[in-house]
This record gives sequence, structure tokens and C-alpha cells, in this order.
Amino acid sequence: MNILCAGINHHIAPVNVRERLAVATHELTDVLRRVRAIDGLTEAVVVSTCNRVEFYAASICPERALHGIRTYLSDRAGIDAPLYHHDTPRSVRHLFRVASGLDSMVLGETEILGQVKQAYASAADAGATARTLNKLFQRAFRVAKAVRSDTQITRGATSVGAVAVELAGKIFGDLANRRVMVLGAGDTSERTARSLVSRGVKTVIVSNRTFDRAAALAGEIGGMAIHFDHWQNEFPDVDILVSSTAAPHPVVTRAQLEPMMRHRAGRPLFIIDLAVPRDVEPTVNAIDGVYLYDIDSLQDIARRSLAVRQREIDHCERIIDTHVADFVRWMRHHHPTPAPASVLTPALPT
Amino acid sequence: MERYWLVAAAFCYLLSFGHTLFALGSGTFRPARFNLLTMALGFAFSSAFLYQRGQIVGACPITNLFEVLVFLSWATVLIYLLVGPTYRLSLMGAFTSPLVLTLLLFALLAPIDAASKRISHNPWVEFHAAVSIIAYGAFGLAAIAGVMYLVQERQLKARRLSELLLNLPPITELGRVNFRLIVTGFLLLTLAFTAGMLAGIDVRGWKTAASLFIWALYGTLLILARLRLVSAGRIVVASVAVFLFALITLPSVSQLPK
Repeated sequence: MNILCAGINHHIAPVNVRERLAVATHELTDVLRRVRAIDGLTEAVVVSTCNRVEFYAASICPERALHGIRTYLSDRAGIDAPLYHHDTPRSVRHLFRVASGLDSMVLGETEILGQVKQAYASAADAGATARTLNKLFQRAFRVAKAVRSDTQITRGATSVGAVAVELAGKIFGDLANRRVMVLGAGDTSERTARSLVSRGVKTVIVSNRTFDRAAALAGEIGGMAIHFDHWQNEFPDVDILVSSTAAPHPVVTRAQLEPMMRHRAGRPLFIIDLAVPRDVEPTVNAIDGVYLYDIDSLQDIARRSLAVRQREIDHCERIIDTHVADFVRWMRHHHPTPAPASVLTPALPT
Repeated sequence: MERYWLVAAAFCYLLSFGHTLFALGSGTFRPARFNLLTMALGFAFSSAFLYQRGQIVGACPITNLFEVLVFLSWATVLIYLLVGPTYRLSLMGAFTSPLVLTLLLFALLAPIDAASKRISHNPWVEFHAAVSIIAYGAFGLAAIAGVMYLVQERQLKARRLSELLLNLPPITELGRVNFRLIVTGFLLLTLAFTAGMLAGIDVRGWKTAASLFIWALYGTLLILARLRLVSAGRIVVASVAVFLFALITLPSVSQLPK
């Protein structure tokens, strides 16, 4: 028995190719049924996310199974996609790396594990898995857990929005009852506001020199738009300020903020200044209860987190190597039928 | 012989502290039950000591400064065990262990375990003394939450997303815990004073003045915090300072009343 993995991901295919091959949730049962009908293929799992479409199959004849998958995909999508492919043990290793977030666009991201679990559950529910893939995926989940808990691969946030959300959590804890004000509706402030909303923020006030732009963003994220002339009236009740105006001078000064902070009943204020030139005087960080982060400090934190994650790759690979060797031993013991180390021609690098 | 229980307790607290330091240093700290388990084990050993000592002196074992320090460390861990898991302050154990370890080591190493001639068998007096020390335990833990708050604030102000910051609870939560623990300690100390009055203890002298002063300081802090007249940061700084003052005055206020 051999384990075959064939697919495309963000490393080798642009989104316009990936979207052609993507398998929607409602199509999954039908796709699994068709893939399992391929000659020489006994079990199958399809992992389809925004960054990858991968077919995992247990097969006694991987070359025939691979040919069948290629034919099926080219019929289905109408293109000859540049599939990469692996057989045992590289396929096992590939799945363990995918589940652990090592193959993700954002190194160490954890969303992929949930997506792989969902893909496996769907295949199991459809009766498309049996002993080999059950064992493989359950082992993959264990590997991902070990990698996450024994290394720092998921440590810290690696984007400006994620860093802002992490810091907001470290200041306020639960963000549900916090009021966010977005001053200047630029792209980065929009992404940051969206990140905060995704973490439970319910009240977002958007103010922009162009009111229509503020109204449009407020509409998209479920917030409230106010005229730029009125933002200071709403400011005293705000917990998090995301600022990115195009003003040439600071719009929030220490002289403005100090008396305001005295009336906030001890509530902290988190200011995310994404503007260049900066919207907020740097000295406001010295005010008791005010935490000011500008774009450089956020990017610096994100860079350091990513550097920490990159340093952990070797450690993660060693954990994965151990589990791959262990799994291959299990396969040899339970599937003593001939399974050469690799019967397929070399695949594209992943 | 019963001192061996204390050595075992000190070892547990040392283990808790050492493990957390190592885990933070190597970047592998995860909220886990290890701190809770080692602290609970240390608490069990301290309880065994206090039980045996109580049997020997035939009263609540707070008859000299040695016993008072052990009782205070025991009370601090008791409050931690009651409060820590509730607030999920996984690192609180790591911050509590150095304090109780210091108290225990000082008690074990300093020549302060002298037999006292002032052993009271009045239950109100014993209640007064025991509850006072438990109140100090709550104040001690409030100070620990305060130190955690200050560490967290320093990290946030310095814009460092360190391992410590990632594992400390949110700063507003630490401020809340600090406040609630001061409330707990204040209520317990008020209860202890009431028991002392019922026991008809002598209220003259330095001991009563120092105790009342500490009680008044914490009361003032609560009023200032409740009315939001000062920031949470200043309240936690003050709570740490008042607790340090309380520790300094402990040798005098720990004398059993006449």
C-alpha cells in the first residue's frame, strides 16, 4: 500500500488556477465518490482551502491513481494544472508539514489544522477513508499538536492587524464591549479594524475627511460613520483608536489627551497610529493608561515574531521526521505488500 | 522534626519558580497545571507542619515570628489556590512562589523560632490573630497581582511583545484582581479587628497603631480606586508599597495581644 498526495498550492499556482480546481463544501461528496472510482485507489481525502487543493489517496498502484486524478482534474477544471505529487514517505511528510502550518503562506498559522480536520471528517463521513488514511490523518493531528506545543512556531502575531489584535487582548482581555474608532479609512486601518471586529469588537466608529468613504467602510464592517469634524466628541468613550489620516501634523496631541484621560475613570486607551507622517504625538505614550503603537513598532513586532517562527523550523522538521519514520514503520508492519520507497517520477518541489 | 515539612514545601515552591523561569527563558512556557500542582503540594506540606506545630503548642501555631511567617506563607498560597484558577492567572503561581519561598527560607534560616510565653487559649484572640494573617495573605497576593500589572505595563509601554507579555494576563484583568484581593484582605482584617474587640484585647501601643494604620491605608486605597480618583497603575503601586510596609511591621504586629 502506498499513500499518494497530489495537488497544487500557493507556492506553484496563482489564485486564478487554484480557484479553478477548488472544491466547494457542497461538491465534496460527489468529488470523493468520483476520485474513489479511480482504478487502483482505495481511500481518499480532499483538502481544499484558499491556498491549496490536495488529494490524499491510499493506493496499491500510485502511478495509475495519479494518472486517474490528473485526468479527473483536467476534465473537471478544463485545464492541465501543474500538480505536484508525492508517494510514501514524502506524502506522509507533506501532510504532517501542512497540518503543522509549515507549508502555509503565513508560517505557523493554525487555521489550516482546522481545515485539514474538516476535510478528513467530511471524507470519513462520506465513507471515503479506511484504516490507512484514518491512521495517517489522526497521526497528522497529533504531529500538529506536538509541533504547536513543543515549539514556538505559532508564537506571536505576524501581521500588523494580528499584532494590533494581540496587543488589544493584552490590554483589555475580552474585546466584545470595547469601542473602536477608525480615523481615516485607509487600507491598513480597514484591515486592522476588520481584525478587531473578527475578535469580537461590536462598536466601531469610522470617521474620514470624505464622509462617503467612512460610510462605505462603516457599512462593510457593521460600524457607524461620523463626520470628521465630530470625531473629537466621540473620542472620550473610545477604548481603541486606529488612526491613519493624511494630515501633515499630529491630530492627537498630549495637551489634548491629558485632560481627556482624567475623565476616563481609569480606562486605558490603546492607540494604533498607522499614519505616515504620524497622527499622534509620540509623547502621549508617557501618559498613564495610554499605550501608543505606531506602524514601525507594529511591523517590528510582526517581523520579530516571524523571525522566531523561522528559527523554529528545524525543530519542527525534527519532530515531523520522527513521526514520519514511526508512521512508515507502522505501514510496513501492517501493509507488508511491496511498497517501494518511491515509485513516482520526481515531483515539483513544494 | 516537623521542620522537614517546611523544607519539602520550600522545595515545591522552588520547583514551581524554577520551572517557570526555565520555561519562559526557553520560550516553551504554556499555561499548564504544573504551577498549580507544585503550589498545592507545597501548601499540603505547610499544612502538615502547621498541624504538627499546633499539636505541640496546643494552640493556633502563630506564637512567634517563625510560626507567623510560615502561617503567612500558608495563607498566601491558600488565597492563591482559591483565586488563581478562578482568574486563570497561570503565571500567578510563578509570581507567588518567590514570595512564599522567601518567607519560608527566612523562617527556616533566621534564629526566630523561640518558644513564646504568650500563648493564648482564648478562641477569639486566636481567631483574631489567624484571620489577621490570612488578610495579610490576601494583601500579599494583591501585591503580587500588582507586580504582574507593573511588569505587563512596562512591557506594553516599551512595545516589546516578549514571552513574558504573551503569557501574562491582560493588564485590566490584573488591575481588577488587585482590587478584589485588597477588598478581600480589607474585609478579613476588619473581621479580625472585630474579633479582637470582642476578645477585649488591649488596644494601646505600637502594635494596634500599626495594624490600624495599615487597615486605614488599604481602606483609603479602596475609596480612591472605587471613586476612580487615581489610575489603576497608581493603586497597584500603592498596594505593593503598603504590603512592603506591612511586612516590615510584621514582627511587631505579630505579637499575640495581651
